[in-house]
Amino acid sequence: MSKVNAILQGTLNWVDERFPLTSNWKAHLSEYYAPKNFNFWYFFGSLAMLVLVIQIVTGIVLTMHFKPDASLNASGVPVAFASVEYIMRDVPWGWLIRYMHSTGASAFFVVVYMHMFRGMLYGSYRKPRELIWIFGMIIFLALMAEAFFGYLLPWGQMSFWGAQVIVNLFSAIPLIGPDLSIWLRGDYVVGDATLNRFFAFHVIAVPLVLLGLVAAHILALHEVGSNNPDGVEIKKKKDANGVPLDGIPFHPYYSVKDIVGVVVFLMVFSVIVFFMPEFGGYFLEYNNFFPADPLVTPPHIAPVWYFTPYYSILRAVTYPLFGIDAKFWGVVAMGASTLIIALLPWLDRSPVKSIRYRGPLYKGFLTAFIISFFILGYLGMLGPTPARTIVAQICSVIYFAFFLLMPIYSSLDKCQPEPDRVTSK
Amino acid sequence: MSCDDTVDCGRRRLLVATAAAGGVAGVAVAVPFVASMLPSERAKAAGAPVEVDISKLAPGQMMTVEWRGKPVWIINRTKEQLESLTKIGEKLADPKSDKNMQPEYAKNETRSIKPEILVAVGICTHLGCSPTEKFKTGAESGIDADWPGGFFCPCHGSTFDLAGRVYKSKPAPDNLEIPPHMYLGDARIVIGEDKKA
Repeated sequence: MSKVNAILQGTLNWVDERFPLTSNWKAHLSEYYAPKNFNFWYFFGSLAMLVLVIQIVTGIVLTMHFKPDASLNASGVPVAFASVEYIMRDVPWGWLIRYMHSTGASAFFVVVYMHMFRGMLYGSYRKPRELIWIFGMIIFLALMAEAFFGYLLPWGQMSFWGAQVIVNLFSAIPLIGPDLSIWLRGDYVVGDATLNRFFAFHVIAVPLVLLGLVAAHILALHEVGSNNPDGVEIKKKKDANGVPLDGIPFHPYYSVKDIVGVVVFLMVFSVIVFFMPEFGGYFLEYNNFFPADPLVTPPHIAPVWYFTPYYSILRAVTYPLFGIDAKFWGVVAMGASTLIIALLPWLDRSPVKSIRYRGPLYKGFLTAFIISFFILGYLGMLGPTPARTIVAQICSVIYFAFFLLMPIYSSLDKCQPEPDRVTSK
Repeated sequence: MSCDDTVDCGRRRLLVATAAAGGVAGVAVAVPFVASMLPSERAKAAGAPVEVDISKLAPGQMMTVEWRGKPVWIINRTKEQLESLTKIGEKLADPKSDKNMQPEYAKNETRSIKPEILVAVGICTHLGCSPTEKFKTGAESGIDADWPGGFFCPCHGSTFDLAGRVYKSKPAPDNLEIPPHMYLGDARIVIGEDKKA
């Protein structure tokens, strides 16, 4: 046995002289000290990584069978649509891999929304973690682009009309808009050229960007260290060896804790994949089981659930301003509603980071924000009526007020004093 | 840039000039990549005019044909429907069709060559959905009690009258596009081509 150990140690030394293996293992895992008081909310970062891996592995297999081709086959069905049905019916285990991928898309957003909300609860975006937050927001935008490009590929009715609406958003930009949307489509209407390039974006361009951003997100995190539910810096109290008193090595403590999260997540994930992959029309929409028809918009079109809050904000803008159409301002409001989240580190003027020590003003505004976010999300799935438009307008105002008034209410708020050290038992 | 004994300013200038030239070349290389995403020659060539027979289109009926990948509606409007067009001017964003969304010969109250026959591109000017026909009038339409008939876009709720004119305070900024078209005899329409072409 000792001989085997000696050989392994020798191999490791040989590698370490040529590549920083052990030093990186220590810096990022065995000697990366994370606060000891992480709770339930801290599962979602590692779960997002797990879903990323699921999406990449299932996606690679799906590209082996999928054909990004909008022309009609001998039976008059678009080739892309038919190839998805081929995966579902004829490819061995194809149904499982495709359902893992389609469920994974929604799971990604569930996990990422929870991860972002954690950041808001505990002030994880505050100094010195502004760049982690910025990288995270760019990941979120890239993820939305990835989901949007991927959604066109099955070439169903929702795929087609969803892409039609989103690409036309760009045509609202004054002067360059119409040419820009033609350039994005590669044709005057959403067609084969659009499908083919969205495939390229979905399977290679955006994933490469995503992987790079995830690396930057984690490197930035490991540079400054993790925040925690108390929002106090563990690096302020260190022992004689320079190890934070309230820190524990990520491996084995949090790697083992995260495995519990992974197991629970996979249980829920499997139930959905095996028993309710369409999730009542929320993960795979009913209308997308019809092949794309450029002549008929389905009577009810709505984006997938994870886009509906922003879609509601888009629809809520019905007034022209400064002589420019409401259409343009709707697009501006929708863009602003996602980009404004990135400004949180500079909007928040509270003396404390964590919700645990914040005052009633912030808690009130956060509650109103979350409620209006859910209402907007719900309204985005429904058709527009005058009454719903007014509700969406009110919720949009609350959504933006949460951010724009934050410098005022967060500094006026009556906060409790932060503890010296984290408060876990 | 400060020049002292340790910096050879001649070489530094050469370095800057080389880097600038290289940068220009690098940007120039982006041009073919960006341009490759424009519509191809084949996509530009597609879009020939379409000929349609409307002899079987009864008053009050509507048909849809495909032209350049877009739905084009042809509607044979009844007398009541045509009358309704004159009564709703103040509810519309552009009742006189002042914006350039139609050929000169369709810039009139009915937005058509023959008063009863409307030819319009069935694509909402908001974000490109195809509106649904709501020809039933009044409360039965599900829109409002004095709805005179028209079109409703399911995506964002824009409404259009039976001449494709958009109502005020709706997300769509413009009236529906009237494509270039002309008559070959009484019951044949060519879409995508007109006499001046």
